[in-house]
Amino acid sequence: MEGNSLREQVAAMRQSLFDEEILDKQFVQMEELEDVHNPNFAEELMTLYFRDSSKLLVSVEKALERPPYDANILDKFLHQLKGSSASVGANKVRIETNKMREALKAEDVERTKSQFQLVKRAHKTLKGKMEPYFHLLRQAGPADAAQPPE
Amino acid sequence: MHLSNGMGSMSTASSSGAWKSGDVVTDQFPAGLRVLVVDDDPTCLMILERMLRTCLYEVTKCNRAEIALSLLRENKNGFDIVISDVHMPDMDGFKLLEHVGLEMDLPVIMMSADDGKSVVMKGVTHGACDYLIKPVRIEALKNIWQHVVRKKKNEWKDVEQSGSVEEGDRQQKPSEDADYSSSANEGTWKNSKRRKDEEEETDERDDSSTLKKPRVVWSVELHQQFVGAVNQLGIDKAVPKKILELMNVPGLTRENVASHLQKYRLYLRRLSGVSQHPNNLSNSFMSPQEASFGAMSSLSGLDLQTLAVTGQLPAQSLATLQAAGLGRSTTKSGVPMPLVDQRNLFSFENPKSRFAEGQHHLSSSKPMNLLHGIPTTMEAKQLANLHQSAQSLGAVNMQVNAHGVQNSSLLMPVAQSQPRGQILNETSGNHVPRLSSSMGHPIMSNGMSSGVSGRNGMVDSGRGGGYNPMQQNSSMLNYPLNNSSQLPCNSFTLGSTPVMSSLTSKGAFPEDVNSDVKISSGFMPSYDMFNELQQHKSNDWDLQNVGLTFDPSQHTNSMHNSLDPSVLVHQGFSSSQRGGQSRSPTTVGKALFSMGEGNHLGNVQNTGQHLNGFVVDNTVRIKAESAPDATSQTSFFHEQYGQDDLMSALLKQQQDGIGPAENEFDFDGYSLDNIPV
Repeated sequence: MEGNSLREQVAAMRQSLFDEEILDKQFVQMEELEDVHNPNFAEELMTLYFRDSSKLLVSVEKALERPPYDANILDKFLHQLKGSSASVGANKVRIETNKMREALKAEDVERTKSQFQLVKRAHKTLKGKMEPYFHLLRQAGPADAAQPPE
Repeated sequence: MHLSNGMGSMSTASSSGAWKSGDVVTDQFPAGLRVLVVDDDPTCLMILERMLRTCLYEVTKCNRAEIALSLLRENKNGFDIVISDVHMPDMDGFKLLEHVGLEMDLPVIMMSADDGKSVVMKGVTHGACDYLIKPVRIEALKNIWQHVVRKKKNEWKDVEQSGSVEEGDRQQKPSEDADYSSSANEGTWKNSKRRKDEEEETDERDDSSTLKKPRVVWSVELHQQFVGAVNQLGIDKAVPKKILELMNVPGLTRENVASHLQKYRLYLRRLSGVSQHPNNLSNSFMSPQEASFGAMSSLSGLDLQTLAVTGQLPAQSLATLQAAGLGRSTTKSGVPMPLVDQRNLFSFENPKSRFAEGQHHLSSSKPMNLLHGIPTTMEAKQLANLHQSAQSLGAVNMQVNAHGVQNSSLLMPVAQSQPRGQILNETSGNHVPRLSSSMGHPIMSNGMSSGVSGRNGMVDSGRGGGYNPMQQNSSMLNYPLNNSSQLPCNSFTLGSTPVMSSLTSKGAFPEDVNSDVKISSGFMPSYDMFNELQQHKSNDWDLQNVGLTFDPSQHTNSMHNSLDPSVLVHQGFSSSQRGGQSRSPTTVGKALFSMGEGNHLGNVQNTGQHLNGFVVDNTVRIKAESAPDATSQTSFFHEQYGQDDLMSALLKQQQDGIGPAENEFDFDGYSLDNIPV
C-alpha cells in the first residue's frame, strides 16, 4: 500500500514531467533500457547528464563573460549540450539550447545572453524535479517488483 | 571514458568470430555483433552502450577517436562495425571514418545531433554506411547489423563469382537489406544508395577453401605498398589489376584492391578538397592530370554525361557539388580537383571536332556559350569524347572521383546547365563553344571546390540559357576574342589545332563569364574548349585541366591567366600546363578555371601575357596554375576576379596576337592572329 501510494505519487510526478514537456519520449527509451541487471539506468544516466551539462553551462557562462565572444567555441558547447539533452530526453533544455544556438548564429549577442538565462533556468528546473522523482522512485521500488523474477 | 569490452554482451568472441568467417548469419546473429562506439559525450556513450547491449551486441566504448583507432589497429579483426560521433574534440569524426575505411574497411555509422543536409552528405561522401541523428533510438540500432552483412555480401559476391557456393545465405541478405532502411533515422536513405554506388567490393578476398572471406586488413605496410603501386602507375592509370600485380601480395585479390582503391580515391578527394592549399590541390589535381589526362577525361566525360543527363539541375547539382565540395572540405581546394576531372572531360572530346565546333562558335562570339554550355550540352558531348579518349575512364574517374568526388557532383550540375548541348553537340567543331560551357562543368565536377561547381552548375542553369554561345554578355565579347585567339591556342594546346579552338572558346568564355556567368559560364566554356582541344590533340588532357580549372568564376580574374589554364588545360596542352602556372598565381586561385583556360588562352590569345607564357610553358603551367589556383580559388566561379578582367585580358591577348601560344601547342596552323577579335 505504501508502495502503491508511493508508486502512484511517482507515476503522477512522472506524468507531470511529460505534460509540462520537461521530458520527452526519449526519456521513456531510457527507462525501457532498464532491466534486472540495470534497474536504475535512467537515474544513473540522468546523474551523468547533470554532471556534464552543469560543466558545460559553466563553460558557456565563462565564454559569455566578456567580448569578444568566440562563437565557434560557444556553438560547440551548445551543440554538445543539445546532443546530450536530446539523448536523455531533457526536452525543455534542448529546446532552449536550440534557441540559443539560433541567436548565436544570428550573431545577436543580447538575445544569446538572455536565451542562455532560459537555458540555465530550464536546466535548474529539470534538476529540481528529477532529483525528488528518482528519490521517490527508489523508495517506491521497481515498478515490476511485484512481477516474478525472470 | 572507460573502455568496456563486451561486458554483458552475450556473444563471446567465438560467436562473433563464427559469423564472421562462415555464414554471416548464424543462429545467434546478429547477436554478438562487435560494435565499437566512439563519442566524446559520456552520456551518449552510456546510452548507446546500454542500447547496443540490449540488442545483444558486443560493445566497446571509446571516448576518443585516437584510442578507437589504435584499438582497431590492434585488433584488426576485432570489430564488425563502428559507430562514431561526428563532432569530437581530438579528431573529426569524418577523419576517423576515412581512416577506418582505408585501413580496416569496416562499416562505419556516423552520429550527430546535427541533421543538416550538408553534414549528412558529408557522411555519405566520406563513406559512412549510415548516419544517425541524435537522439538515437534503439530501433535504429537494432538494424545496424545489416551494414555488416551487406558488406560481407558484396565480398561474397566476388568470391562467388570465383565459384564459391556459400553465398546462399548472404545473397538472401541483400534483399533483406533493401528492405531495411538502414535505420529508422533519416540517415538511412543514403545508405542503400551509397552502398550501391560504392559497389562494395569484397575486401576480403581470401580464397580459403572454406570460402570464408577473412577481411583483408590493410595494414600500414600493405597500404604503403598499395600507395606505392598507385603512384607508380599514376593515379589516373591505377587500375586494380595493375595495382595488384605491382603489389604482388599473395592472397590479395583484385576485388580487395578495387574496393580499397575506391576508398583511397575518396580519401584523396577529400584531401584535396580539404586542403585548400595549392599544394594539395596541385598534387592531387595535377598528378592525376599529368598522369593521365585521358584518365581524367574519362572521368570528366562521365561527369559531363552525368551532368548532361541530369540536365538542368543546376541548383540541385550545385548543392550536391557544393556538398561534395564541402564534404571535401573546402570548396577551394576542391576546385583543383575538379579541374583535373574536367580535363578529362575535355580530353575525351576530340579536339579536332571540338575545334571545328569551337571555331564555329567562336566566331559567333558565343564564348559564353562555351562556358555555359559546358555543363549541359558540352558535357554530354564532351563526356562522350572524353570517353573516347580516355579509356581509363573508369580509372580516372575513380581517381578523379576520389580526389574530387566533388567533381562529379559538380559535373552534374554542369551538365544541366544548359543548352550548351547545342554547343556541345557540336563536338565536332563547335566544341569550343561548348567547351566553355562544358568546361565549366567539368571543372565543377571535379569537385572543384564543390561550391564552385555548384555554382557552375547553378550558374549554368541560369546561364545555360545565357551561356550558350550566346555570349551575350560583355564577357562574351572578350570571349570571341579569346576564341579567336583560342583557336589558335586550341590547336596548340592540345597540340592540335582543335585545341585552340577550345581555347578560344575558353578565352572568350571567361570573359563572358564575367558578365554574368562568369562563374558558370567561364567555367563551362573552358570545358568545351578543352574538350575540343583534347580532341584535336592527342587529348592532352593537360588542357583539360585547364578547362577544368576554368571555373568561370575564376576566369574573371584568371581570365587572363586562367582562361588559359583552364582552357589550356583542357586543351590538352600537352604540357602539364594545367598549372597554368604561367598564368599568374592570382588567377590560379580564381579559376582553376582560368588556369586551364587562362593558361591556354592566355598563352594563346588572351592574356597574352599569361597565355603566352602560359602556353609556352603550357604543359606545366597549366597544371601548376590550375592546381594552385584551384586551391585558392576553390570558388572558381565566383571568385573570379571579375570576368571583366578576364575578358579584357583576353581581349588584350588577342590583340596582342596570341602568338605565344604556339609554342607549346601545336597549333594546327591556327595562329592567334587568326583569331578574329
